[in-house]
Amino acid sequence: MCRNNAAGTGMSTTLVSSPHGSRPNRVDRVMQEVLLALVPGVLAMIWFFGWGVLVNIALAVAVAVAAEAAVMRVRRRPIRPAIGDYSAVVTAVLFAISVPPTLPWWMTLLGMVFAIVLVKQLYGGIGYNPFNPAMAGYVFLLVSYPVAMTTWLAPGMLAEHSLSLMESLRLIFAGALPSGIEWDAISAATPLDAMRGKLDQGLAIQEIRLSPLWGDFGGRGWEWIANWFLLGGVYLLWRRIITWHIPVSMLSALAVAAGVFWLIDPTTHPFPAFHLFSGAAILGAFFIATDPVSACTTRKGQLLFGASIGILVFVIRTWGGYPDAVAFAVLLMNIAAPTIDHYTQPRVFGHTRDGVNR
Amino acid sequence: MQRRNNGVAAGGRRQEAPPPRRLNDRDAKVKKDPTMKLFKIRGGVHPHDHKHLAAEQAIEDLPMPALLHIPLQQHIGAPAAPAVRRGQQVAKGDLLAHSQGAISAPVHAPTSGRVMGVGSYPAHHASGLSVRTVTLKPDGEDRWSDAIEGVADPFVLTPEEIAARVAAAGIVGMGGATFPSAVKLNLRNRYRLHTLVINGAECEPYLTCDDRLMREEADAVVDGIRILARGLGVERIIIAIENNKSEAQAAMAIAAAVDPRIRIARLPTRYPMGSERHLVQALTGQETPARGLTADIGVVVHNGATAFAVHEALRHGRPLVSRVVTVSGGAVARPRNLRVPLGARVQDLLDYCGGFTEEPAQLISGGPMMGQPLPETRVPMVKGSNGVLALTAREVARRESMPCIRCASCVQACPCGLVPLEMAAHTRAGDLEGAVGLGLMDCIGCGSCAYVCPAHIPLVQFFKYAKGEMAARGRSKQKLLETKRLAEQRTARIEAIQRAKREAMAKRKREQAATQAAAKAAAPIAPADVPAAALAGED
Repeated sequence: MCRNNAAGTGMSTTLVSSPHGSRPNRVDRVMQEVLLALVPGVLAMIWFFGWGVLVNIALAVAVAVAAEAAVMRVRRRPIRPAIGDYSAVVTAVLFAISVPPTLPWWMTLLGMVFAIVLVKQLYGGIGYNPFNPAMAGYVFLLVSYPVAMTTWLAPGMLAEHSLSLMESLRLIFAGALPSGIEWDAISAATPLDAMRGKLDQGLAIQEIRLSPLWGDFGGRGWEWIANWFLLGGVYLLWRRIITWHIPVSMLSALAVAAGVFWLIDPTTHPFPAFHLFSGAAILGAFFIATDPVSACTTRKGQLLFGASIGILVFVIRTWGGYPDAVAFAVLLMNIAAPTIDHYTQPRVFGHTRDGVNR
Repeated sequence: MQRRNNGVAAGGRRQEAPPPRRLNDRDAKVKKDPTMKLFKIRGGVHPHDHKHLAAEQAIEDLPMPALLHIPLQQHIGAPAAPAVRRGQQVAKGDLLAHSQGAISAPVHAPTSGRVMGVGSYPAHHASGLSVRTVTLKPDGEDRWSDAIEGVADPFVLTPEEIAARVAAAGIVGMGGATFPSAVKLNLRNRYRLHTLVINGAECEPYLTCDDRLMREEADAVVDGIRILARGLGVERIIIAIENNKSEAQAAMAIAAAVDPRIRIARLPTRYPMGSERHLVQALTGQETPARGLTADIGVVVHNGATAFAVHEALRHGRPLVSRVVTVSGGAVARPRNLRVPLGARVQDLLDYCGGFTEEPAQLISGGPMMGQPLPETRVPMVKGSNGVLALTAREVARRESMPCIRCASCVQACPCGLVPLEMAAHTRAGDLEGAVGLGLMDCIGCGSCAYVCPAHIPLVQFFKYAKGEMAARGRSKQKLLETKRLAEQRTARIEAIQRAKREAMAKRKREQAATQAAAKAAAPIAPADVPAAALAGED
């Protein structure tokens, strides 16, 4: 770096550009904070859906890290920084908590390899992937194996049987249910699925809500998971890992869209809180749509990006063919993000808004 | 920080600025002066200011070094031309070098002594290249020249006389931009000015020289400010000081009581509040047009230290031969604020401050956010150097850069409304025109983006490179155009010569033809005429 020379009249220092010093934040720290913020929601999921959640996370993380390392090796790039930034771990955890807790191991492996190798690394690795890898992996599995991907466990208090750790492992790795237990005993439709199914049967919301599946806003269990993810999201805001723009615009757009239709016809449209607290809306708003790499970068762009996701979630949930819509909405808006960025450049200091004089 | 120099080259293009936004509640909390309404600036960062290291150190005089190396270019513009010869005895304040051209500044002797030579010496610059420098051996008497004479009442002078004296004293912008101050005073001839802003923001971390000067020399600074206002012919004066310098605010407020036109603005502490354009925006709510000057919106900004230099020049006739410098940083044994004769070496300052407690990872001239790395410690102090920082590895916290994760922290931090991550991506891909299209030329290089970047991407370095490369391309394009023009001129000239030759030939041919024709015409007649002539002759 620098040393005084013998004459004491000069020294050599590395010549680097200003600024000399920086805020003590790093990509790996950002990712660690995200993981920390996920903890309450993940614990809630384990509480309601059992050990399978944890097994999925462990499996997905292992596969993701291995896949990342393997690709870096093939690309002849240093492996340690790529693993050390924790981005693969975040992708893996987000993927693992999006898929059913009973998903066969090879599907998790397939989804993770797809996410890390094809969606992330083939585009150039961290920072270059146009799509959210976790959501791309999720959608890949959803369109390929719709049955396995939509078989959810019933929340603990509604299930006739809760799977133990060993039973979860046997189910995930060997596909074997515990003896004497049928799928019906442990599984249940997700709230969004149940709502859709009942509405298709012509039932009114008021009748549907009489089912024990429902809690105060959304599905029982589910709404609490959403609350804990919300807590994590608030933590991220507080730590300034994310800004409010995307989550607030996404959730408010979803609430407004749902609210308008609910006001028009409350018998066939669930009230807005149901949309917010039943599926992956909260998780999506704070942890998935805010994935910096694939989201918008300008403030106005972020507002538009988030609001569009919120509206797409409502549209796909209400008229689309898939149970939850967050993954599709996020991926669709990932496509639009560069264009939105292009048209929402902030006004440069000293220039008029239409950019003359530039 | 006062890096945006007021280049006078650009013509004022007035344009519609957006409606000013008031400070939000968070900022209003720290706003104490009810009369001074402040406006919001975009972006910015809150670096740890580290000002406690030197803020309580009263200004001390640096003992006169054994040798002074006084560069002839300590300002923006043309270098001064030497006015002394080797061996010549000079008194303190004697002219060492003449100002050259419209934008230039003279250089004076910082002390009495003998000129050892006019040669080249490493410049106070990251490049470490040598510039023309007068080497002076102090005689230890520090005797002012007899020619030094102040003005009893500067307020009877005309603005022209004030500007002339400021120019003769070699005063330049002392916030770091080093633009000749007299040129800025003369802006009154071309712009309708109404406000003088004194930039006491000192938003760069570590630096406390302006803070100390305003605390200790408040009356002199205010006097200089009033002279500057007279020179500019303005009736509104705002002294802007950040809230982390409450003692300077108080001292200046007391000193400013002599003049009811002066108002003190208490600025929220936020980097880069001292950027000239952003300061003016915070005070007036108006944006300086791009490529324009603050004078376009009627405001001229001077640094507090410049005002002090003006006071010294007008009241006492003393040219600018010394300045206050902050020597600080974690690696400096005893951080200080020193009054330093121009031409003292960085090493002299560091020695006086007890040297290093540990090997500094970075030696900087100026503040950490925009300062330049210094290649060695024997470079001399110049008019624009406000700080010498020796930072430890922990303070610099340099890390390997990682790929951009597009977190947009830089977008939020940019005070100019730019999207640094996109500009960097274009620069990296070699698409400099694309970067320019995104506003590269509006970047003030404040470093807020690089400061917040979690991937530690050297964004400022990218932009400096891109700007330099664009300038180089501009030059080579200019050269190409010039060559083309010369070639075309040559072709045109050759063609003109050939055309002239052709025409001359054609003319000759025509003339020949005409004479021949005349001859021919004459010839057939002649025989007929001859007899007639003969006949006539025979007449």
